[in-house]
Formats: sequence, C-alpha cells, structure tokens
Amino acid sequence: MTEQQGFPLPSQIADVPGAENWRSMYQYFTRFQPDDDKRFWFYNSMHFPEPIPAFDSVTSEIPYQAIGANTARLFVFPTTLGIEHRIVNGRVYITANPVLDPAEIGRRAEVFGPRAGYYFEHWDSLYEGWKERVRGLIAEIEGIEVPSLPEWEDDDVVFESRGVAQNHYLVENFGKCLALYSKMWHHHTEMLMLGYGAYVVFFQFCQQAFPEISDQTVARMVAGIDVIMYRPDDELKALARLAVELGVDDLFVEGAVAADVLAALETRGDAGAKWLDEFAKARDPWFHVSSGDGFYHHHLSWNDDLTVPFTALPGYVAAVKAGGIAPRPTEQLMAERERIATGYRELLPTDDEKAAFDQMLGLCRLVFPFVEDHKFYCEHWFTTRFFQKIKEFGALLARVGVLAEADDVFHLHHTEIDQALADVSLAWAAGSPPLGAGHFQPVIAERKRMLKVLKDWSPPAALGPVPEALNDPAVRMLWGITAERIESWLNPDPDEVVGVAASSGVVEGVARVLHDVAEIGSLREGEILVVPVTAPSWAPVFAKIKAAVSDIGGSMSHAAIVAREYGMPAVVGCGDATKRIRTGDRVRVDGDRGTVRVL
Amino acid sequence: MTPGSLTVPLADASSAAEAGGKGASLGFLARAGVAVPPGFVVTAGAFAAAVAALDPAGALRAEISALPAGSLAEIGRVAAAFRARVVAAPLPPPVAAAISAGYAALGDGSPDVAVRSSATVEDSADASFAGLQDTYLGVCGSSPVLDHVRRCWASLYNDESVAYRRRLGMAEDGVAMAVVVQRMVGPRSAGVMFTRSPVTGDRSVVAIEGTWGLGSALVSGDVTPDSFTVSKITGEITGRRVSPKGRLHSFIPNGRGVTVTDTPAAQRETACLTDDEIRALADVARQVEAHYGAPQDIEWAMLEGDAPAAERIVLLQSRPETVWAARTAAPVAAPKARPADHVLSLFGKPQ
Repeated sequence: MTEQQGFPLPSQIADVPGAENWRSMYQYFTRFQPDDDKRFWFYNSMHFPEPIPAFDSVTSEIPYQAIGANTARLFVFPTTLGIEHRIVNGRVYITANPVLDPAEIGRRAEVFGPRAGYYFEHWDSLYEGWKERVRGLIAEIEGIEVPSLPEWEDDDVVFESRGVAQNHYLVENFGKCLALYSKMWHHHTEMLMLGYGAYVVFFQFCQQAFPEISDQTVARMVAGIDVIMYRPDDELKALARLAVELGVDDLFVEGAVAADVLAALETRGDAGAKWLDEFAKARDPWFHVSSGDGFYHHHLSWNDDLTVPFTALPGYVAAVKAGGIAPRPTEQLMAERERIATGYRELLPTDDEKAAFDQMLGLCRLVFPFVEDHKFYCEHWFTTRFFQKIKEFGALLARVGVLAEADDVFHLHHTEIDQALADVSLAWAAGSPPLGAGHFQPVIAERKRMLKVLKDWSPPAALGPVPEALNDPAVRMLWGITAERIESWLNPDPDEVVGVAASSGVVEGVARVLHDVAEIGSLREGEILVVPVTAPSWAPVFAKIKAAVSDIGGSMSHAAIVAREYGMPAVVGCGDATKRIRTGDRVRVDGDRGTVRVL
Repeated sequence: MTPGSLTVPLADASSAAEAGGKGASLGFLARAGVAVPPGFVVTAGAFAAAVAALDPAGALRAEISALPAGSLAEIGRVAAAFRARVVAAPLPPPVAAAISAGYAALGDGSPDVAVRSSATVEDSADASFAGLQDTYLGVCGSSPVLDHVRRCWASLYNDESVAYRRRLGMAEDGVAMAVVVQRMVGPRSAGVMFTRSPVTGDRSVVAIEGTWGLGSALVSGDVTPDSFTVSKITGEITGRRVSPKGRLHSFIPNGRGVTVTDTPAAQRETACLTDDEIRALADVARQVEAHYGAPQDIEWAMLEGDAPAAERIVLLQSRPETVWAARTAAPVAAPKARPADHVLSLFGKPQ
C-alpha cells in the first residue's frame, strides 16, 4: 500500500450540491481543520450510516467525550488517548489518537496496570453495581418532568414556599436530560473498553495460533448463551403461546394493527385481561428494545412503536398452533461451544499455550455478559427513553407554537433547543408570544430538505494518508478496521459488497432491502434481508429469511450471533449494502468470505 | 508378511523395507478402514531376486557404485545400459508367477491397473527423489503388467536417481524398489489434501486441492486446481477458490490408458467437488491424521455414483507432511500470573 493510492483528503471533500449549508446543523468543533489532512480518518458507517439530524449529533459528541475520558484519563490506556470525530456532509469520521513515545507509554502503563487489574479482578461484582447505577439513570430520565407552563402556578408552589416557577425548569430539566445521557455514556464505556480488550487479546492469540480461523469461529467460543438479547423475542413467543392457551389467538392475524388488537382484547373478558396483564409485564423492561442501535432519534423501541412485535405475533401464533415453537436449544448450543473450544485447545502444541488459551478464553467469558448486555441497558432502554423525553420537550415547543410538530425538535441542535426554551421561558413570564417560530421553522424546513439531499451522497470509506500501523485495539475490534479492510476500500469490486463474515454458509436469493423496522410487513418467506442494522427487536424476522446482510455490525453484533444460532449465512458491517443492493436483486451471500455479490 | 515373499496383498503390506513407503502406507490405510483401490505389492525381495538373476555376482552394481559423483556423462552411459538390461531381462519364473497370480486375483478378465513405484528409501529421502519414481496408469493384461513392473524397477536407475545416490554416496546393494499394483479408478475428480494449511501451517484446517478426472492433471501441473479449506473443528468450508481447469486427464478402460483433452466448457469453471464431498474428504483426512498421529499429505480420488460422498472416496497415498513439520514455531503465548495480565500487556506494549 502506498500513499499515492490513498484516500481523498478532508479538505478535498466538496459540499453536496443543494446542501451547502450542512454546517449549520452541527457544532463548530466538529468541522475538519486544515491540519486534519495529515491524519487518517475513517467513516463510522457502523454507528452513523445515514446523515445525522442536528439534535442526533449528540450521539457522537457525548459518546466520544465519554470514550476518550475512559481510555485517556480514567484508566490511562498506555497506547491510546481518545477518539476524535469530525462531521462532513452529515457523516461522522473518526480517528484514534495514539501514544507513540515509548517512555510515555511506560509512564501510562504504570497507572493503567493496577486500575485495569482492579476492574478485571472484581468484574462480576462491579457489573452488579453497574446495573444498579444504570437502572438508576433510567429511572431518573423517565422521571424528568417537562414543565406544562400553566396559566398560573399551583397553590403548592406558594404555600410550600418553593418560590421557583415552572419556566425555570424548562432549561434546567432539558439540561438534566443531556447530563444524564452523558453519565449513561460514561458508564457505558466504564467497563466496555476493558471488555473489548479481553476480546482483542483472545482474537489475536487465536489468529496467531490458527492463522486461518475465522472471526466468527472465535466469536462462537466466546459467546454466552443466556444473554438479554434473546429475551424480547422469547417474551413474544411466550405471549403467542399464551394467546393460544387463552383462546384469543383469532385476534392475531397477518396485517392486524396493534391498537385494534389491544382494543379487541379489552372486550374478551378474563382471557383478554389475563393476556393484557402478561403483555404489560413483558413490556417493562423487555419491550424497551430498540429497532436500531440507539444512535438516531427514529430508532424507536417496541414500546414506542408496537408494529414490530405485532407483525411478528401472528407468525408465532400460527407456529404454536401448528405444533409449537421449539425453545432455543440452549444445552445443545452450550455443548457446541465447548466442543469448538476444546477442539482448538487440543490442537495447541504445548501445555503453556493451552494454559494461556484457558486464561484468555476464561477472561472473555467473564466479560461477555457485560459486553453483550450493556447495549440493552444503554443503547436500547436508556436511549429510547432519552429520545422520548426530548420529544416531550418538542411537544411543548409545538404546543406553544415554536415548532410545527414535536418531532421537529430533532432538527435543532441541543444548544439551539436551549435558546428556544429560553425564548419560551421569557415569553411565558412576560405574557407575550415566543419568537421561535419565525426564527426556527425556516431553518428546520431547510435542514429536512438538506438531509434528504445528503442521504444520496456516498461518503468515502476513509480520508487522508493510509496509516502505517493501526494502534487502537478498540478501533480494530469495534469497527473491524484492519490493513486488509483498508486495502479493499482502496480497490473495490463494483458488484461485490464486502463486510464481516459473521455466520458461515453460502446462499443465493432475492434481496429485500428494509430501511426501517416498520417495513417488515413486506418481507416474504425465504428472502435475503438487507438492513442498516439489526438489533434484538428484529429477531422475529430471522424465522422467515434465508440470510442476513447489514450495513452495521461486527462478528459479535446481534445479527451475527442470531444468524449463527439459526445456522444462516450473514455478512454484517458492509457499510453501504442498503445503498448498493435493491429489493428484488438476486444476490449471493457468502458468509464464509464476508461478501455479497449482486448477480 | 513372511520374509522373502515376492508379493503381498496390499492390506497386509506393513514394512517399508519390503513394500516400499507407498505400499506400506497404503497397507496402513487399508488396515485403518480407509478405502484404497484393491491391489498387491511386488516386494523389495522380488526386486532383489530379479536383479540377482541378471547381475549374479553384483559386478554391474559394483560398477555403478564406483562411478564418480560429478561424472554425469559416465553415469548416463552406465545407467542406461543397466536400465536396458532390467527392462529386457526375463523375470525369474517364481517372480513372474507371483506377479501374474497377484494380478489374476484382482478381478476377472484383464482388469486395468496402476503400476506404481514404491521406493524403499522414498520417505526417508529428499522429496525430489521420490518424485523421480515412475507410475503407469491403465495397464491391462498380465504380460504388460510384468513389463511395467520392470520399468518401475528400471526407474530406480534413471540418470537423476543414480546421480543422486552417487552424490550421497549410497551403496548400490542397499537400494531396492517395491512396486504397487492396484485396480485403476476412474474418478469424477481427484487431487491432494493436507491436514494442515500448506500456506500458513495452521493445524486446524484441512486444505483440499482437486480437479476433474484423474489427479495426474494436478500433480503434473497441467491445471490450476480448485482449492477448498475446511475447519477441522467446526466442519465449515472456510475457503473456496474455483479455478478455470483447462485440461482433463481421463482414464479409458480396457488398456487404452489415459487421455488428455480440453475440459468440457460446462465443467471448466465449476467446482470439482460438492460441499458434501468436501466435508467427507475432510473427515477422511482427519481420520488418517489421527491414525498416523501427525499431519499428512494425502492423494485422494472421488468416484462417480449416487452413493453418499463418504463411500465414494478412495485414497491413493498418504505420507507425513514435511515442510511445516521441519519448522519449529515459537509458542504463541504463555500463561501469566493473572488472566488480566494478558490484556495489560497487549495495551501496554508499543505496537
């Protein structure tokens, strides 16, 4: 690889025609600087596969301040500081800041050793405490009140001499939402970077000992069987069984709308009431699972939009009636996991290597429950509550006439929402109308238009000179950025989409490209699913499809793990599969090589 | 095998000194329950008897032993003369009778057979030396079989082999050549496989190379084979490269031997093995490796028919893998005081 065949420089990226004003959506510190041309940046298509609305840029701003704080300042990782991000034409590019000076690495290692060692040593008990803290944050975000701004304050405020009127809480409580979101992200990275470290160590060992081993095989040795990601789908299957048992299964037919089914159940006496009772229990918390991975406001949870569970239920009900749904063969999966691990272990030539293998695999299995389950607490449960709370502020702004509709709040940057709330606060206090409508509504209209234009831009996979070494193990683990990957970005095959080989096997079939979980009703039996991302909420569709392809994800992503359990090929982390493949295309999915070919 | 036997059934061949490396390994495979084409071995003892008959006092062999290693012209002249005698001299009657009886036992009429050299020094010597030994495919009839056995023996005296022995200073009266006579197979596809990756040395995979028809197309370098990699642990086919296979070596029965033609267009770029066949081969490879207790280099053939893939596999050869076995790999890792120390050292070291 030579520099001559490198990627475009950040300064060479032109504004997308018709969206020249994209910078207005994002903070000044997210813009590429002249010196950034000297560094290698890659497009974080995994988390940001589409242009980000103005508010949603918090999902880069806040996670990156948390990740960097964790690696650079909290645990003091010896070889890496944090991750920097830039936004161009609505897409997020990132680069890791390495530490290269051996003396400095040594100085940092002195601090890192005891700190990281402490966490690994007390992992399980720390994780228990972690869950409590994050559940606390979830309760806090749910409990935040969005002021209703009544005509005048309640008696209590006076007779309990509280002395503070509601308009004060507009800005304070909005700020609290962001503060809680930031805290959640600090906890998200608190254990995650170390957890990934354990994975990286084991992956590297396996790749050295068995140069031809696939990532997915290593992942199979690590993967836990009893993890939260299966729970929402299991709950859905249980509800399908219950519907049949109670004799209310006739309501669950293809095409039935959630609200109609729920209303009909109200009229079905004890049986209906019993089902609704169990449904309510399942919803909290398991329906807090997101249809995406929590980086966009439109990644809704099952609770926010019941379309997904109610699209899946008729199929499960039919399966129950046709003889039942087999439970996940957990014992068999467990035995298979042990068989694979033992098989590789036996091939190691020395006892020392076997002992090292045991240590590394043991460490991976120790951290696995956290690494897998944290997503449910953070990206799914907390984040979908967070966005809904922001939407409540949007509803208030719409009620007072600043916004045309509640969802428009996501087209304002969080600092702009602060401004709008200050405006509303002053107007309420003064008894005058707020001025935000005239100021923000044209801006929002332009941004909606720009996002549509930006959606069609194909971002280069990377920018700047190709690096000599990829230093940050977390970057390698999370984003799969390796020398081979960069090579394939430099020399792409026009008919081949390259991603991570996530679940083995080769199949051909007709593609169904779904951009949104709401479209899953259009999916036909035996099609190949092509999506931006799959999350546990998508699990019901795996019973219908022949293979799965996603823009986002690595060999440990949800889609990968579920596909391996179903024994179907999957290629994840393709970056732009949903752009390059169209519904109706005949494609060959090669889950061994990690490629999807349009035939 | 009783000492001094002139032929021995393949399934009973066990001593490399008597049956040669190839014969002994085929016998070993047969006894392990692996399918090999039925056949027999013309032993080193038969060779010794034949050579003793044409060079009773050992004078001719003494002449070869006395050749200077650097004198290629001289080696060529003497070796050619000796080869001519080996090919032309009538076999001692007991030897001819034993071979003819072995051949007759292989089937009614005149079955087609492969006549394959099986040098007694093959496995211990340089691989390039092993490659110098001759193999004849599609031999048919008792008299042609006798002729080809003599040709195999004569190949022990081709110029390169003699020069090789002279360079190593090997005594001529110590060299011997067994010959394997086996029923011909006309496989749908054939090739080689290694129970570790020939490229990376990875012991967790079976690497298979194959082509349509006889494996001779692959061994002779006439085609670029298809290649497949199978994980021994998960059974998954993790590598798959289908090459355009331009030439096809086919066995034509009834003594008509081997033809070389262009591969029919429909087959050229089609994989020469189905997934089931690939997995069945990998299973056999693992079985053979376990039986030997060391990585193997195996020649295989996949027969035509509707039977399950596992029942259509025959092996033609298995020998220890030598390239990676000769390398000593440094251990990849050693245990540490605490498991977490592995992570600390990964993040702590400059990359």
